[in-house]
Amino acid sequence: MTIGLGHYLTVAACLFTLGIFGIFLNRKNVIVILMSIELMLLAVNVNLVAFSHFNGDLVGQVFALFVLTVAAAESAIGLAIIVVYFRNRGSIAVEDINLMKG
Amino acid sequence: MAAAGFFYLFAVLAVASGAMVILAKNPVHAVLFLILAFFNAAGLFVLLDAEFLAMLLVIVYVGAVSVLFLFVVMMLDVDFAELKAGFIKNAKIGALVGGIVLAELVALFTYRGLTVAPSMQIASPVPAAGSGITNTQALGEILYTKYVYFFQGAGLILLVAMIGAIVLTLKHRKGVKRQSIAEQVSRNPKTALEVVKVPSGGFIIPPAAKRREAAE
Repeated sequence: MTIGLGHYLTVAACLFTLGIFGIFLNRKNVIVILMSIELMLLAVNVNLVAFSHFNGDLVGQVFALFVLTVAAAESAIGLAIIVVYFRNRGSIAVEDINLMKG
Repeated sequence: MAAAGFFYLFAVLAVASGAMVILAKNPVHAVLFLILAFFNAAGLFVLLDAEFLAMLLVIVYVGAVSVLFLFVVMMLDVDFAELKAGFIKNAKIGALVGGIVLAELVALFTYRGLTVAPSMQIASPVPAAGSGITNTQALGEILYTKYVYFFQGAGLILLVAMIGAIVLTLKHRKGVKRQSIAEQVSRNPKTALEVVKVPSGGFIIPPAAKRREAAE
């Protein structure tokens, strides 16, 4: 049995769904929400690389590289914000984040 | 056959550890499962002949991002049990939304089928298997020529992230004695030495010392 594009897309779809599910499931915990976003970006990367392989086109891998960069930058900034927020308020519960009255 | 076996191994482990990331009670365990998920995704990348990206995933995610997560989880003194409240209530709506997304994704690519359009232009073809060009070399050849501006942009994003993280978390504490090189170098006899007249039996705080205190 050969592994085709559909198999990889299914894995990526499952991972992406798990990321969405995680955001709802851990609505109070910012750190787990960030991890769920990382999972979703990973799923997108799997998609890009799978299409790159099965179409014989390297551009998908280049784009996956840029997605990786943005994901790393995003998690670094996100964690820095969490650390500063914890220092100021002593909590990272999402419902406490209401300083801007949004 | 072995490739199919490895695919199922990596795929099942990636999805299972992804599920454990969001279900784990202890966030430290969640980070460790995230590392496992990334390792298995790297395995999938190797199966897809993207060795460079696979190694990058291991280095960047397992080496940097996950360790960053671990640091933050362990540094913050947060009552994570309290944050778990409302788990079941949120699970229903989460399952609803996630189930809809998954059903949509699967329905889309079972309905459309997965054939490559014959008119599709290949922008940068993957080197042939016997050509002796590795994945890393092929990637570098287009990354540093065709996509050099995007590459620079990615570097800029990382620079901004680095500066942002430092600016956010750097704390200047008051009342700490620090060395000021500029002040030391610019000292001259006029500013270093001060002659004050002290009244007999009294005391006086020299104006320079007062100024320094006010500056702090």
